Amino acid sequence: MERIGDVTNEMELYFDSHSSNEAFARVTVAAFMTQLNPTVEEVSDVKTAVSEAVTNAIIHGYENTLHKVHIRAWIQGKNLFLEVSDKGVGIPDVKKAMEPLFTTKPEMERSGMGFSFMEAFMDELEVESEPGRGTRVKMRKEIGRGRELWTTQSL
Amino acid sequence: MKYQVQENCLTIFLPEDVDHHNAEEIKREADRLIDREHIRYIIFDFADTGFMDSSGIGVIMGRYKKVYMMGGEVWAVHTSERMRKILTMSGVMKIMQIYEEDK
Repeated sequence: MERIGDVTNEMELYFDSHSSNEAFARVTVAAFMTQLNPTVEEVSDVKTAVSEAVTNAIIHGYENTLHKVHIRAWIQGKNLFLEVSDKGVGIPDVKKAMEPLFTTKPEMERSGMGFSFMEAFMDELEVESEPGRGTRVKMRKEIGRGRELWTTQSL
Repeated sequence: MKYQVQENCLTIFLPEDVDHHNAEEIKREADRLIDREHIRYIIFDFADTGFMDSSGIGVIMGRYKKVYMMGGEVWAVHTSERMRKILTMSGVMKIMQIYEEDK
């Protein structure tokens, strides 16, 4: 495994599983990642991934009941790491849940694209889940890939 | 929800953020209008929208299902590059056309 450096900054967030907190969560993580000097595109990618993971925790993990969602974010080298966890119902078949268009809530018009979006917008995605115990979504994204070529030259 | 009805066409002016939180209201309001005004064409106006996640895709797919039985269509207008990326990735472009204005 490639060495990616030490953890240089870390933050944790606990919040109620209100749907209004989806915006709070993604904006907070976006603010945290600014120290990596990301592009607008990279910020949007991370905001989308956070929104998907938090929405999953609220509607699937907790099935719209009031509990706490936990986010841990840290920076290691040029990488942003994220962990979004809930102590909800868990996912019986993670592989199935990650298939594009698969949803357990078609009546709610869930598109079944949540994990696909997380996968597409982040560099790495890992899902740990245990029925009855909860779910933890781990993600990693390298920020500023290939940009140093034209940003480090000082005038 | 900001909207406009012209005959059987409903234009929905989407908010700045389209996520699970405000998708619920858009669905509810849109479905009420579709039934009451006999809507066949739906235009999603993305002029104010900077953020959308897969909940927004659910909104579009759900409204499409409601109007396509009557030969209806769904359209997107004023899409930013980011929105076009999200729409393309989700595969929703198979059912929705994007109206591109002449620059």
